[in-house]
Amino acid sequence: MIDDTSPPPDVLPPRFAQWFAGRGWTPRRHQLDLLALARQGQSVLLDAPTGAGKTLAGFLPSLVDLAEGQPPKGLHTLYISPLKALAVDVARNLDMPAAEMELGLRIETRTGDTPAHKRTRQMERPPHILLTTPEQLALLLAHREAEEFFSGLKRVVLDELHALVTSKRGDLLALGLARLHRLAPGLSAIGLSATVREPDDLRRFLVPQQLRPDGTIGPAMAAHVVVRGGARADIRIMEAANRLPLAGHTALHAMKPIYNAILAHRTTLIFVNTRMQAEFVFQELWRINDEGLPIALHHGSLDVGQRRKVEAAMTSGALRAVVCTSTLDLGIDWGDVDLVVNVGAPKGASRLMQRIGRSNHRLDEASQAILVPANRFEVMECRAALEAVADAAQDTPEARKGALDVLAQHVLGMACAGGFSIDALYAEVVSAAPYGWLPRETFDRVVRFVATGGYALATYERFAKIREGKDGLWRVANPRIAQQYRMNVGTIVEEPMLKVRLGRIRRSAPGSPGAPVRGGRVLGEVEEYFAETLLPGDTFVFAGEVLRFEAIAETDVIVSRTSPGTDPKIPSYAGGKFPLSTFLAERVRGMLADPAVWGRIPGGVADWLETQRRKSVLPRRDEMLVETFPRSGRYYMVAYPFEGRLAHQTLGMLITRRLERARLKPLGFVVTDYGLGVWGLADIGAALAQGRLTLDGLFSQDMLGDDLEEWLAESSLMKRTFRHCAIIAGLIERRFPGQEKTGRQVTMSTDLVYDVLRRHEPDHVLLEATRADAATGLLDLRRLADCLSRIRGRIVHKNLDHVSPLAVSVLLEIGREAVYGEAAEEILAQAEAQLFEEALA
Amino acid sequence: MAATTSLAVGPLAFVADACGALVDADERVLLVADLHLEKGSAYAARGMLLPPYDSRATLALLAQAVRRWQPRLVVALGDTLHDRGAAARIAQDDLATLAGLQAGRDWIWLTGNHDPDPVPALGGTVAAELALGGVMLRHEPRPGETGPEIAGHLHPAGKVRLRGRAVRRRCFVSDGRRCVMPAFGTYAGGLNVLDGAFSPLFAGRRFTAHMLGAGRVYAVAGHQLSPD
Repeated sequence: MIDDTSPPPDVLPPRFAQWFAGRGWTPRRHQLDLLALARQGQSVLLDAPTGAGKTLAGFLPSLVDLAEGQPPKGLHTLYISPLKALAVDVARNLDMPAAEMELGLRIETRTGDTPAHKRTRQMERPPHILLTTPEQLALLLAHREAEEFFSGLKRVVLDELHALVTSKRGDLLALGLARLHRLAPGLSAIGLSATVREPDDLRRFLVPQQLRPDGTIGPAMAAHVVVRGGARADIRIMEAANRLPLAGHTALHAMKPIYNAILAHRTTLIFVNTRMQAEFVFQELWRINDEGLPIALHHGSLDVGQRRKVEAAMTSGALRAVVCTSTLDLGIDWGDVDLVVNVGAPKGASRLMQRIGRSNHRLDEASQAILVPANRFEVMECRAALEAVADAAQDTPEARKGALDVLAQHVLGMACAGGFSIDALYAEVVSAAPYGWLPRETFDRVVRFVATGGYALATYERFAKIREGKDGLWRVANPRIAQQYRMNVGTIVEEPMLKVRLGRIRRSAPGSPGAPVRGGRVLGEVEEYFAETLLPGDTFVFAGEVLRFEAIAETDVIVSRTSPGTDPKIPSYAGGKFPLSTFLAERVRGMLADPAVWGRIPGGVADWLETQRRKSVLPRRDEMLVETFPRSGRYYMVAYPFEGRLAHQTLGMLITRRLERARLKPLGFVVTDYGLGVWGLADIGAALAQGRLTLDGLFSQDMLGDDLEEWLAESSLMKRTFRHCAIIAGLIERRFPGQEKTGRQVTMSTDLVYDVLRRHEPDHVLLEATRADAATGLLDLRRLADCLSRIRGRIVHKNLDHVSPLAVSVLLEIGREAVYGEAAEEILAQAEAQLFEEALA
Repeated sequence: MAATTSLAVGPLAFVADACGALVDADERVLLVADLHLEKGSAYAARGMLLPPYDSRATLALLAQAVRRWQPRLVVALGDTLHDRGAAARIAQDDLATLAGLQAGRDWIWLTGNHDPDPVPALGGTVAAELALGGVMLRHEPRPGETGPEIAGHLHPAGKVRLRGRAVRRRCFVSDGRRCVMPAFGTYAGGLNVLDGAFSPLFAGRRFTAHMLGAGRVYAVAGHQLSPD
C-alpha cells in the first residue's frame, strides 16, 4: 500500500499536466501513484469507490506510454469490461483526452455488434487501444493470428473487476489473461475495482501464479493502490407512516413518499430486486403521477430497442426517474443522478454501496439514498445494511474456484488458435489464480472430455474434436469444430425465453380451443418456466401494463390487453435473484437477539418482536428457532435459518423428504430469505414431544449425503445446472434464434443426457462441474452445509397453539411464492383421479 | 390401482407398461416403437459428444420388458436405428444383447423413416407393416386409416399442469381405435400431443394420454393436457 503522506510522485509529463490544468482539474493522488507503479512495469489493483476517476487512472499509464515518440504499429492496450455498453461508453470518454492532447491514437471497440469488415480490419491493422468484453477476448485468443496480434501488447485494463470475478465470466477472463501473459511477456495488468472484502484475491487474479517444481503454486500479487473514504453516503430508511406489513415485497405503502422524493430531486434511480417488482413499482408510480413526470422502466426482459431508448433519454437528462433492476448496477454513467432509492431489502452491503454509487458521480459530494423496506424483516435487513455501510464492511463473495466447464471451453479455443502442448497449457492454466487448485489429473480429464467426450466407454476416437499431432500439439480435427466453438463461446447461458406478443385467440365455436392470431407487437421476453405456470385467462403485469395470458404458440406467449383497473392475478414477485448475504443475515440474527437495538428500527418492528418474545421465543444469535403449531386442520413447522431463499429451498426439499419417510405427511413448503415453513397432515409438534422425531435428527448434516443424492437425481434445479454446464463445456450447442421454431419440441433434451450420464458414469468430469456449481449456485449447498453445522445442538423448539408473529411473516408468502414439494408423480396421480371422477359422474 | 393400465385398440386388449411397451398378455406379444439406437453416436459424428450409453440403456430397458412379459413375439414399430450409419457404429456387445433377446421367440422389425432398409446384423424379420389380430401395426400412423391402428413415429408426450407446476412425460395416446406409442429410445425426445401433427389422427381432444410415470402409467384425459 502507498504511504499517503509522502509527496506525490512526479511522473506526469508536461503535456498531461497542461491538459489537466486546462480542464481545471488536479490529478488525483491515486492516479499519480498508479501511473508511477505502472510505468515501472508493475501490475496494479486500483481499489476505489465510484466517482474516484478510476477509468482515467486506468488509462493514464497507457496514454503516457503512447504519447512518448511514435505510437507503435500494433495493439498497445486492451481494455475489458463486463458490459459492451460500458466498453462503448469508456471509448467515448477516452477519445476526449486523446483528441485534446493530439496523441494521434486509434481507439476502437470490439463487441458482438462490431461488423465483420471492421473485425477483419482490426486484425490486419490493430488499433492502439481496443475496448472489449471477456467473450470477445476469448474469440480473439482462439483466432489463428492471436499470437502475432497480441505479441506487442503492453497493458491490459480490467474494469469492474470485482463484478467480473464472481462468475464464470471471471473464470473465462482469468484463463484469457493467463494466455495474454504468455503471448506478451512484457504485459502488465491494471485492475479497477470497487472496494471488496478481500482485495488480495483480486491482486492475485491480475498476475501469473508460479507453478513450483513440487507442484504447488507460489503466490504472486499485483501492487495495490487504495482510495478510501470516497463519497460519504447520506442514506436513510424511509419512515413508514404506519406499521410495515408483515410480509410481501410490493412496498405499496411507500409509493407516495417515493413520488415526493422524485419531485424533490433532479433524477432518481429506483432500484428493485426483480423484474416483477420493477413492473409493479413502475405501474404504481404512474397511477399517482399527477404531474406527468417522465418516469421510465428498465429491466433485462424488455425489448432491446425499448431499453436503448430509456438509456438515451436517461443520459440526455430527459427523465426524472427510472425504475430498474440490477441491469443498471454497473459503472455506466447515466447522467445526473442525485438520488438512489432502493425498494425492498438490499440483500448485501456491497451491492447496496454499488447501487448508491450510481448517484452523484463526484467524490466530494455525499450520495443521497433512501432504503424502502417492504416488510418487517426487510426493515431489519435495511438497518443491518446501513450499519454495515457505516462500518465500511464488505460482504463480497469469496474467490471462486475456476469451473471445469469453462476450462473445457478454453481448451477447445486454444486448439482452434493453432494448437497447444498439453504440458505448457497446464502450466498456463494453473498460473491463473482461480485455477491454482487444479490437479494435473483433472486437467487431463478435461482435455480428454474435449477430445472424445472423456467417457470410460471409449467409442468416439473417430469423432475426436481435437487431436494430438506428430509435433505434440493438440489442434481441432476440422474447421467445422472451430466454427462450432465460435458459435458457442461465452459463459452466459440464458434461460429459454419466449417472446411476449400481443394477439388474441380466434375461436370457431364457444369453448373450442381456438387458434392464436398473432402479428401484434412484441413487448419483451419472459422465461419459459414462468410462462409455463400461466393458465389461459391469467393476468400479470409486464412492460408496465396488466396483460391477459391467452396461449403459447411456438416461441411466442400470446397476450391481450386488459381493461383499465384489472388486477393482476399472478404474483408480482417471482423470487429474488440474489439471496440475502451471510453477512447481513448474521447481523439480522444479532438484532433479533438484542432488544436494546429494537427501538432504533422503524415500522413497528419493536412491538412485533416484543410480541414474539412474549408468545414464543426469540432465539439467541447462534441458535435456530423452530416453531410448530396447528392451524385450520393442518400442522405447521416454521424454521428460521436466515440463510437466503436458495439454501432454504434446498433445505425444504430435503426436510419434506425426511418428514415423508417419518410418515408425517408433509404437503408443501414455502421459503423466504429468512425462514422456511412446512405444512402437512400429521402433528409434527406431537411427534417431537413423543420423541418419534428429533430436530437434531431432522436437521442433521447427513441429509447432505444419501437424501441429497436421491433428490438430485430428479431435481429440476440440478438438471438446469447440468444444462448450463453442458452448454458452456461444448457438449451440446446453444439454441439459436429461429432454430427453436422447427426443433423446440424434439430437440435433444439435456435432461435425458443427465439421466444417462448420472447412471452410467457418475464420476464424469461434467457431473463434477455440475456438482461444483450446485454448491454455490441455484442449490446453494455450501451455505446450507455451513448452516447445518452452525445450528447443530443449537436448535430451539417451541410448540405453540397458534401461529407466532414471526411465523406469520413466513406463512403470508404462501400464495405469493411458488410452493414446492409437489412430487411429479403426485401431480400425475391427481390428473388421473380427475379422469376417474368424470367417468363416475 | 395397478402398476399397468389396460389399453384397448380395436378388438385387442393391451396392457401399457410404464417402460413404454404395449403388451398383449394373452397372445404374449410385446410392442415397442422408436428405439433410435445409436442416436448418441449420430450426434457425436456432428461434434456433440453425448454419453455413448444410449443404445445399451435402451436395450437394457427392452431386456427388462422381455424378462417381465416373456413374449413369444416382439414387434418394433420402426426407427429402431437412428440413421443409416447406425448399423456400422453399433457396438458388438449391443448386437450380442439383441441376439440374446431374440433367442426362442419371433422378432419383427417394421421399417421406419430413419431406417427404411433392412439391417441383417439385427437379426429377426423385416416388414413394412403387420396385421395383428385385426389391428394394423406400422411406423407412421395413417390419417385415412379406417380400421384399428398402432403406430409410432410421432414420439408423443403429454403435459399436465396443476397448481403452478408442469409435468411432461412420454405417453401412449389412444382413442380406442388408434394408438400412437411413445418413443422407447433413451435419447428420443417427445412431441406434445397437442401439436398439430396429432390433429389429423384424433378428432378434437377426445383421446386419453397414458403417461409414463415412475413404475406406473397414469391415464389423463386429453382436455386436461397443456401445450408446451
